[in-house]
Amino acid sequence: MSDADPSGSGADPDAGRGVEPTDPGADEGFEPVDVFPDSDDFDLRPGSDSCYKCSTCDTNCPVAEVDDDFPGPKFQGPEQWRLKQNEDDYGIDESVMDCSNCMRCDNACPAGVPLSQMHNTARGQYVSDEMSRFSRKYLRNRVLANYRLFARLGSKVPRLSNALLNNRAVQWLNERLLGITGEREFPSFAAETFREWWTARGGAAASREHAATARERRGEPRDADKRVAYFHGCYANYNTPEVARATVRVFEWFGYEVAVPEQGCSGTPMFANGMLGDARRHAETNVASLSALAERGYDAVASCTSCSMALRQEYPELFDIDGIEAAAAHTFEAVEYLRIHEDLRDAVADAEVDDDSAAEFVYHAPCHARNQGLARQSLELFRELDGVDIEDAGDSCSGISGTYGWKADKYETSMAIGEEMFDHMEAAAGETGMTECPTCAMQMEHGTGYEIRHPLELLEAALVDDG
Amino acid sequence: MAIDSAVLVIGGGLAGLTSALAAARAGGDVRLVSAKQSTLRNASGLVDVLGYAPDGTGPLIDPFEAITSLPEGHPYRTVGVDAVREALALFDEVTDYCGGHTDRNALVPTHGGTVKPTARYPRGVAAGLASDDRDALLVGFESLLDFDAPLAADPLRAAGVPFGVRGVTVGFPGDLRADAKVTRYAKLLDVNDEVGANGRSRAARAALAAAVEPHLDGEPRVGFPAVLGDDRPGEVRRTLGEMLGVDVFEVPTGPPSLPGLRLEDALFAALDAAGASIETGNPVVDFEGEGRVEAVYVEKNGARIPYTADQYVLATGGLVGKGVESDREGVSEPVFDCHVPHPADRYDWFDEDAFGDHAFAGFGLRTDAQLRPLTAEGTVEFDNLRAAGAVLGGYDFPAEKSGSGVSLATGYAAGWAATQEAR
Repeated sequence: MSDADPSGSGADPDAGRGVEPTDPGADEGFEPVDVFPDSDDFDLRPGSDSCYKCSTCDTNCPVAEVDDDFPGPKFQGPEQWRLKQNEDDYGIDESVMDCSNCMRCDNACPAGVPLSQMHNTARGQYVSDEMSRFSRKYLRNRVLANYRLFARLGSKVPRLSNALLNNRAVQWLNERLLGITGEREFPSFAAETFREWWTARGGAAASREHAATARERRGEPRDADKRVAYFHGCYANYNTPEVARATVRVFEWFGYEVAVPEQGCSGTPMFANGMLGDARRHAETNVASLSALAERGYDAVASCTSCSMALRQEYPELFDIDGIEAAAAHTFEAVEYLRIHEDLRDAVADAEVDDDSAAEFVYHAPCHARNQGLARQSLELFRELDGVDIEDAGDSCSGISGTYGWKADKYETSMAIGEEMFDHMEAAAGETGMTECPTCAMQMEHGTGYEIRHPLELLEAALVDDG
Repeated sequence: MAIDSAVLVIGGGLAGLTSALAAARAGGDVRLVSAKQSTLRNASGLVDVLGYAPDGTGPLIDPFEAITSLPEGHPYRTVGVDAVREALALFDEVTDYCGGHTDRNALVPTHGGTVKPTARYPRGVAAGLASDDRDALLVGFESLLDFDAPLAADPLRAAGVPFGVRGVTVGFPGDLRADAKVTRYAKLLDVNDEVGANGRSRAARAALAAAVEPHLDGEPRVGFPAVLGDDRPGEVRRTLGEMLGVDVFEVPTGPPSLPGLRLEDALFAALDAAGASIETGNPVVDFEGEGRVEAVYVEKNGARIPYTADQYVLATGGLVGKGVESDREGVSEPVFDCHVPHPADRYDWFDEDAFGDHAFAGFGLRTDAQLRPLTAEGTVEFDNLRAAGAVLGGYDFPAEKSGSGVSLATGYAAGWAATQEAR
């Protein structure tokens, strides 16, 4: 028996056989010792303790598969958290900035360790404690994370912005001064933002009318209680309003009255760059807006899977804001919402698309859709649509992960990760890509030159007569 | 409204996948939901049926013959030996596995230097069988601690395998980190990227062959840890074999395992081809119905999403997979709260000998002949619920080496019956 025998008795281990060990709850008036005092931070200890180091997360990490400098999610999460508890001056390792926040490790962990919560927390801490506010990387990351701000300005003069952003000299300057890769073409701003279109169309009042008409056509009560709040996010507002318009039309076709509430950025690019202060500011706006609507019976739907991911999972994991749990529980991915509440499957099976829309698609499931259980949603839905073929581009990550692939120093990693998807896309019969995620779409287009559509656009083409 | 299908399978391990596959191939409208990514990547990729009898006799030569003398209440007795054969036939059809040419168990050397009796094994393992009398060289990589080749070779030799076996350790070419993931090795070999070795750059497969070549002493076969590619394992083995002039095989390693990952891919591809729907990432936490399951609820970040079906299959795993749970008060099944027989005194749940005959190893659901879980009184819990795989009780799979076979056979039987029964 070793000196470390916890019982200290050194007695025959069998002696206690049959005797119940002390049950701490049995003694009346028992006060548990508070070993770990309350903290305002989110307690990551239970999660860290749950990790039994099976390394399954590591085998899901798209970065670790191609980058020999990246230690992987198990280190970034539970291991680094433990190191931090042990040494007062432990500084978060810089490699946390090489994590692309794809969040695949969450779905992988058999023990329920909240890996992405740990990564987001560590990254926020690294940026706030270890990164100079005056460094080029900080500035670059801040710019990328706050894409919405620049999109808002840029979309006021879309043609000028589009010309400027993809001007070779500007691209060269971006790369040299900011470290934003010159290899990629900036997505262009739409001439009319979604919100401009929405207002011009008559806003909520017009939607109420469209929905009532649709309910009549569907044989539902004209005043049925079918209302959703649309979280369009930044990209569908400034860059791809056709996706946002399709979302509105599809929901109205099913008889839903759509509201377009006040909203900021979901925070996805901010989490990924450790800009938690920026993310929180936007989260406060979004939570106030969506939780108030939830109380009035509105569920929120998002067409961007990273937006729904942020609202559903990252918000309650990172911020303590009044109403945040309600906002999370009432947020859905748009197509998922229709699958739950409508007979979408039959509607699609009864529909067909004519020759105007592309007929053969190759689909990529964004990592953030994967974690919501939606990786196969579009494939399974559209395989039953007449006139359409849809193939899976495999289960690899696209590699761009939002702002990650825009960084000059991450561009090559991003393309190495994406190679598997490009290969699958090229091997597939279709030459039109499909995905829910705006930046996956950029990567798909960048790697193959294919045009990329959103599932809601195809749903609109299949279901809504007047397009 | 709810997300509806004719058959809903809960669980994405071998039992759930087989169940969904059998149901879909029988013409059912099938949906599989899994709380997390499939756990198959934690499996060795070997598919055993029965390696040892419950009394420890073995390794068994013919598992099928032994099934008939298993005790009442063993899942194999419930479904019968024909279901085991049919399940294996389905498995053989959708995977690239060997072993189906005979009823006899194959003897596969493991990374621990033991020999495992197993009914089916991946093609990449075939050249490594212990019944093969050709000499073998086992090769480990310095940074891959899961497989220590000399340490694996010694017990094999000591066990008297009918061939000479040596183990050597080489540095894996390239600038991999000391804790590189198994997927990193596999990816490098899959894409055959250029790596730096001895001051020059060459393709990964050629560089690896060059690192092994000096250690070769006439052995006609060479075994590596099972990291030889993820998407193109056959091609990786073939090229390495051609360069070295030997047969190359993989030694299955612990979790996370590439053979498990490849099996996962093969089964999901088959399920997709069979037209099933699949969702992973969120757990089933509750149900509705009495005597008959009307709906189950999937939890997603605080929202409870209803799923309905005519027939349900529960394949959520055992004590490790969280399909069976225990605390100081008792043992339970968390989704439907089906009855799990167990002694009232929890000191009777285990044996004092670490490797003794633990009662907990057999904890799980008891079923009727149709695999429908039974209440404590012996009546059917729900008319339209069947159970498959490790959630079942009455067998000790780690001791018997019967885990994969029971999952396949009961999954197959439950899935097939569910489709027959569905309206």
